[in-house]
Amino acid sequence: MSRSPGRKQENHKISRELFVLTYGALVAQLCKDYEKDEDVNTCLDRMGYSIGIRLIDDFLARSAVKKCRSYSETVDMIAQVAFKMYVGVTPTVSCNSAAGNEFSLILDKNPLVDFVDELPAERASLCYCNLLCGVIRGALEMVHLAAEVTFLQDRLKGDAVTEIGITFLRKPEDRKHRRN
Amino acid sequence: MAIFSVYVVNKAGGLIYQLDHYAPRADTEKTFSFPLDLVLRPHDERVVVAFGQRDGIRVGHAVLAINGTEVNGRFTADGKDVLEFLGNPANYPVSIRFGRHRLSSNEKLMLASMFHSLFAIGSQLSPEVGSSGIEMLETDTFKLHCFQTLTGIKFMVLADPRQTGIDALLRKIYEIYSDFALKNPFYSLEMPIRCELFDQNLKLALEVAEKAGPFGPGS
Repeated sequence: MSRSPGRKQENHKISRELFVLTYGALVAQLCKDYEKDEDVNTCLDRMGYSIGIRLIDDFLARSAVKKCRSYSETVDMIAQVAFKMYVGVTPTVSCNSAAGNEFSLILDKNPLVDFVDELPAERASLCYCNLLCGVIRGALEMVHLAAEVTFLQDRLKGDAVTEIGITFLRKPEDRKHRRN
Repeated sequence: MAIFSVYVVNKAGGLIYQLDHYAPRADTEKTFSFPLDLVLRPHDERVVVAFGQRDGIRVGHAVLAINGTEVNGRFTADGKDVLEFLGNPANYPVSIRFGRHRLSSNEKLMLASMFHSLFAIGSQLSPEVGSSGIEMLETDTFKLHCFQTLTGIKFMVLADPRQTGIDALLRKIYEIYSDFALKNPFYSLEMPIRCELFDQNLKLALEVAEKAGPFGPGS
């Protein structure tokens, strides 16, 4: 999506198929390069992280959202604005813990796995969309929110839905002192 | 030229991008005979006009060149002290060029870090929690507008006090940064921005904002 100078802002959309195929090729190549599933997952997470630290500014620049004042606001923002903007789906949000720092995003549609029906037997613990987890983790870190993001359930592994869990690592009071 | 310069400061307070947009101020070159009716004094590493403003030569202007050759700070090109040279009647008539001294890149780096610290102090002094920090610094000759993103990057624009639409311009610069700097895979975060596309698009955005001018809303 490059913008050439002098043109009005048009959204040049690259075909979604191309993106999904590219992602699939990436995962397939990583599976060839690494034997263990954990290595592939870590690699995907790292790649997602380096995407996330750059994507966050694009998100903030385009959506012009205000600073979120609580973890639940943040997760709502991720689900309703960010996912909508970048992936095209809106996951539902649920809060998992009483402490208010564990949340889940439940996706019923995941465009990245449109063409994948199930994981091969030798790759049973592969998290196919782990890139997304890395993206969310990287993006949150750039706005000073440390979080752990993992897949709690995955339709590709036979679960009913795909669920991404976000656990914020710092206590909510610490946020007030994090300024500048 | 209503927008003078753009500064981008990273989270640590280091200047990562700077653009001077104003047309170079007119330098004034005049021939003088002894005695010189301007009062000159040394200031930092330069010789500046302290009194005797006339004909486009203003107080604060520095001596830029003598007899066509540029001076090196307080010394002429052949190593003589400028004030001594101008105190000697044997050197007259002499042609001196005066003008505003441009900031060197080191000076700009220092000023950017200083502003970063002031910004931090400003937001802590705020009586209300969650202050946005310094958004505007106003003087009689320019206004400095600052926008800090939620990720800690600061965009500063120095513009004419009458220039409107700077808020929209700051948001646009943020977009341009997120497009041409961040999406460039060879650009490392927090490092000086050396992306040609970023320069081009930024200059374009500045021109658009200037055209909209003080008469209407910015783009």
